[in-house]
Amino acid sequence: MEKTLKLIQSLSSTAEKVEAMDFTVAVAKDDLRKVAEKLKAEGWDYLINLTAVDNQENIEVVYHLSKSSDMEKLLVLKTKTEDMQNPIVETVCDLWESAGLYEREAYDFFGIRFLNNPDMRRLFLRPDWVGYPFRKDYDNTPNEKFSTSVHDVASMENVPSITLNHHGEIEEKNVNLFDNDEYIVNFGPQHPSTHGVLHLRISLDGENVKKIDPHFGYIHRGIEKMMESMTYPQMLFLTERLDYLCGSINRHALCMCVEKAMNIEVPKRAVYIRTIFDELNRIASHLLGWACMCNDMGSITSFIYGFRDREKIMDIFQETCGGRLMVNYYVIGGVAQDLHPNTVNRIKEFIPYLREMIKEYHTLFTGNPIARDRMTNCGFLSKEKAVALGMSGPNGRASGWHCDVRKVAPYAAYGEVNFDEVLHKGGDTIDRYMIRLEEIEQSLRIIEQLIDKLPDGDFKAKVPAIVKVPAGEYYQRVENARGDFGVYIKSTGEKSPYRIKFRSPSMVAVSGLDPICKGTKVADLIMIGGSLDYVIPCIDR
Amino acid sequence: MEVKDVEIKSMKTEDFRDNETLQKYIDELQKGGVNVAVGALNDFINWGRSNSVWPLTFATSCCGIEFMAVAAARHDFARFGWEVTRNSPRQADVIFVSGTITYKMAPVLKRLYDQMSEPKYVIAVGGCAISGGPFKSSYHVVNGVDQILPVDVYVPGCPPRPEAMLYGMMQLQRKMKVENFFKLPRKGERDAVLEEYDNNNKEGESK
Amino acid sequence: MDFELVNLISWIDESLRDLCGDASWAVSLIEYVLIAIAFLGLYCVLALILILLERKICADFQCRIGPNRVGPWGLCQPIADMFKILLKEIITLKNNDKFLFFTAPFLILAGSLGTFGALQFGKGLVGVDFNVGIFYMLAISSLGVIGILLAGWSSDNKYTLIGAMRSGAQLISYEISAGISILTMVLLGGSLNLTDLIEGQKDSWYLFQGHIPAIIAFIIYLIAGHAETNRGPFDLPEAESELCAGYHTEYSGITFGFFYLAEYLNMFIIAGIGTMVFLGGWQPFHINYEWASGFNELMDYIPSYCWFVGKVFMLVLLSLWVRWSFPRLRIDQLLHLEWKILMPISLVNMLLMAGWVAYIAAQNN
Repeated sequence: MEKTLKLIQSLSSTAEKVEAMDFTVAVAKDDLRKVAEKLKAEGWDYLINLTAVDNQENIEVVYHLSKSSDMEKLLVLKTKTEDMQNPIVETVCDLWESAGLYEREAYDFFGIRFLNNPDMRRLFLRPDWVGYPFRKDYDNTPNEKFSTSVHDVASMENVPSITLNHHGEIEEKNVNLFDNDEYIVNFGPQHPSTHGVLHLRISLDGENVKKIDPHFGYIHRGIEKMMESMTYPQMLFLTERLDYLCGSINRHALCMCVEKAMNIEVPKRAVYIRTIFDELNRIASHLLGWACMCNDMGSITSFIYGFRDREKIMDIFQETCGGRLMVNYYVIGGVAQDLHPNTVNRIKEFIPYLREMIKEYHTLFTGNPIARDRMTNCGFLSKEKAVALGMSGPNGRASGWHCDVRKVAPYAAYGEVNFDEVLHKGGDTIDRYMIRLEEIEQSLRIIEQLIDKLPDGDFKAKVPAIVKVPAGEYYQRVENARGDFGVYIKSTGEKSPYRIKFRSPSMVAVSGLDPICKGTKVADLIMIGGSLDYVIPCIDR
Repeated sequence: MEVKDVEIKSMKTEDFRDNETLQKYIDELQKGGVNVAVGALNDFINWGRSNSVWPLTFATSCCGIEFMAVAAARHDFARFGWEVTRNSPRQADVIFVSGTITYKMAPVLKRLYDQMSEPKYVIAVGGCAISGGPFKSSYHVVNGVDQILPVDVYVPGCPPRPEAMLYGMMQLQRKMKVENFFKLPRKGERDAVLEEYDNNNKEGESK
Repeated sequence: MDFELVNLISWIDESLRDLCGDASWAVSLIEYVLIAIAFLGLYCVLALILILLERKICADFQCRIGPNRVGPWGLCQPIADMFKILLKEIITLKNNDKFLFFTAPFLILAGSLGTFGALQFGKGLVGVDFNVGIFYMLAISSLGVIGILLAGWSSDNKYTLIGAMRSGAQLISYEISAGISILTMVLLGGSLNLTDLIEGQKDSWYLFQGHIPAIIAFIIYLIAGHAETNRGPFDLPEAESELCAGYHTEYSGITFGFFYLAEYLNMFIIAGIGTMVFLGGWQPFHINYEWASGFNELMDYIPSYCWFVGKVFMLVLLSLWVRWSFPRLRIDQLLHLEWKILMPISLVNMLLMAGWVAYIAAQNN
């Protein structure tokens, strides 16, 4: 890492290392572009996250970088602009494709415009929204008089951007995304197979998809902004409402981030319980993903079968925690209560049951010639593209990218168990489909190993009554069912965070729809959407 | 008068006793006075309507997953004849507003409701749809869908358990059974009712 | 004892003739009206039964219970649905061709009713009996395509348009191989008249008479016929997860009810044609050997309409089984299946059948 620091300093004399938990370097705004280019060339090809922070006298942009070949490495790059009225930062979206959406988000929330980014529309809020809600001076009381008139979607196709002309002056541009005579179909926000309230504007040529323009924000609840005025234990329950299909894993991320920052050691029993519940949650999520994908392809029976077996996991959850979908189980320092005495037996019964059922799934759906024909050679995603888009998790692994956070940076009890990281080379829809069923088997393996070794002892560490995270910046990654989920906390030592940001693996999955689906049929688009398995509330937050 | 006995399997009449809205319906019915033949026909129609409620597949977030669970194997709302989920609002009878409604989504929801054909019903599922729920203080969340739609049944929970949803459905069935079909607002009249409803809402806010 | 309904019909006919005396036109008029009412009634009742059957069977496939609240074992569920759908508002759209919009459901219903009338439900239970009955059926059942295309086009909606176009491509292509496989059997039967065809299967059904070509034709007919009913895995025109509700997205109330009704009845009709052409229609199952005469007589005791309905429901069950276990095809796979696989095979199969018929003729001479 020192080498990287030297490298950055050789390009930018003002660059300096910042004391933080992760390796952090601050560079001046004007040097950012040079540094970014060099880092990309040095192999830092995976932009995990891009966050903006309003420090009241300046606005900071934080880049979390990693290498696709060595995901354990984490480099935090920071830059800031003093101009609060009209903040402008140079874009990096041509280096890391995933930055495109992150920069739109930063514009939406903070009003930072990114120079040379070809698309500077609002990402989440309505185009007629006034103000930037994540600015500290924004009045965020609920808007009493909201409009129930549908905003003109076509105006959203008018894409503004800013570039420098050859005099070095800023020039504003407006381009239309679609031609006037294109046949554009709206998919969503209310559509049976957009998996939530995703809105896709699709330009069709007969049955062929020419271009997809995703619109987000129909379920943007401002969770991150709400959290800025909440205490840490209060925040926990909102994390489960991000990606509700693997809510516990998200909660785990926030718990670990706070525990890491406060140096709380979690008892071993709690760590084991958390790992088991994470995996159960992952299985539930993959089952649902499988079921919904089959439903998208028209096999309703498979959909019901997936749900039938998911109910068994819900049984296990509700016995211990009382909740089904939202289990509200993890707390800072451990888990809320000990396991129900019955849980261990239930889990032990469940493991062979599900193994049997997965065989049934393969006979019912995987072996079906229609299903196989539709999934093979369709929706190809190359490894390079997956890295560029930051599409980690099962989708990345289906393209052969070794990106399982449980393996590359083990957390919880993952270092102590044997399991395989399922890797496929194909990158086709069938690979993304198979990888989920295979991961269920690996998760069962993990649970099988842990359930026998469950240590005795406390299930919760002693935690101060008022949780105050020491001033600083923290980032914690976990592998949720959809990929690399991250929590970024900037704290000033108060009992609520100064800025918190979640890295959503679903958002990058949706940004991959356009490159993957170009030229395929409408039916394929639905199927590929199902195979990417995104959850919209996690994107919109 | 107490609410008349309506038979719904595995649900006791006592469970409904305390229900002001239904009582209001009954009072209205009594005020007008109903012809015997019309009354019998009305009962028959209501039997048909209440036993064939086709929901619109609509979900914005977490509650939608529980809605799917209600449709799936264990809870199976097909028992009540609800399983014909329609994807087109034109053919649906009830909309389950399951999930948070944001300012950006509100117009879409309103339009969906307007596209449904009469008679139509709304069930607000979960805290978010009832009042904004955990996101009440957010800058982008509608604090309860009853600000934009007339809600018939509220099903609390975050998200409600499938059993709660089934209970909510049965409550709606019951509501349909005591309604006077011939006095339901028709096309056009509905707008007037909604306008009045809007006005009432505004008065409520100003108080 | 004879339970054949045809006795009842001739009784009605005779008593009407006694009643009216010389005015035979009045007898015909009354009989026509009665037949029309009977067919319409049967059409609706069958639709209700099929709807309930599908919902119950689909629930069984999916480890669910299915409708069980309304009436005993949920038997009244479709009746409740019928009342509901009759009373729903019919939405008129603003900027569309209203005439075509409201004609479309009737066209679809007319197509399926017309075909329904030509089915032979039992000995003498025939609504329409032409000397070119098969051609009539193939022709009138295509009316539905026009209805679907009109519905999709006049709804002024992009989803319905895509659904209608898909449906046009699908139905027109699959009619070819369905038609050819039926004609293959016509070659064997040597008549276009349905009554003659069924009479020809008195001793042994055409499926057994025709050997391998007949079996091939039967399988092709099942696939193509299933595709013509627009049901999964061929439900592309209304592909729920892609196009919301496909070509009938904009229809509400009873106009949608017509599509719904026709969809279920088409399933029955396709199975009915298959039964008549391949499985001997209302003819009982006979083994064409001396030693089985006792068995044959026993089979004759079962009334002919029971045979017909039983066979049809067997085929309907098969169709339901396929529908609830297969995922949907993609449009190019669908057309590939028809034009590159089913149609060539059925053409070659027709030649095979011609050879087989020539062989039998040579043997008989």
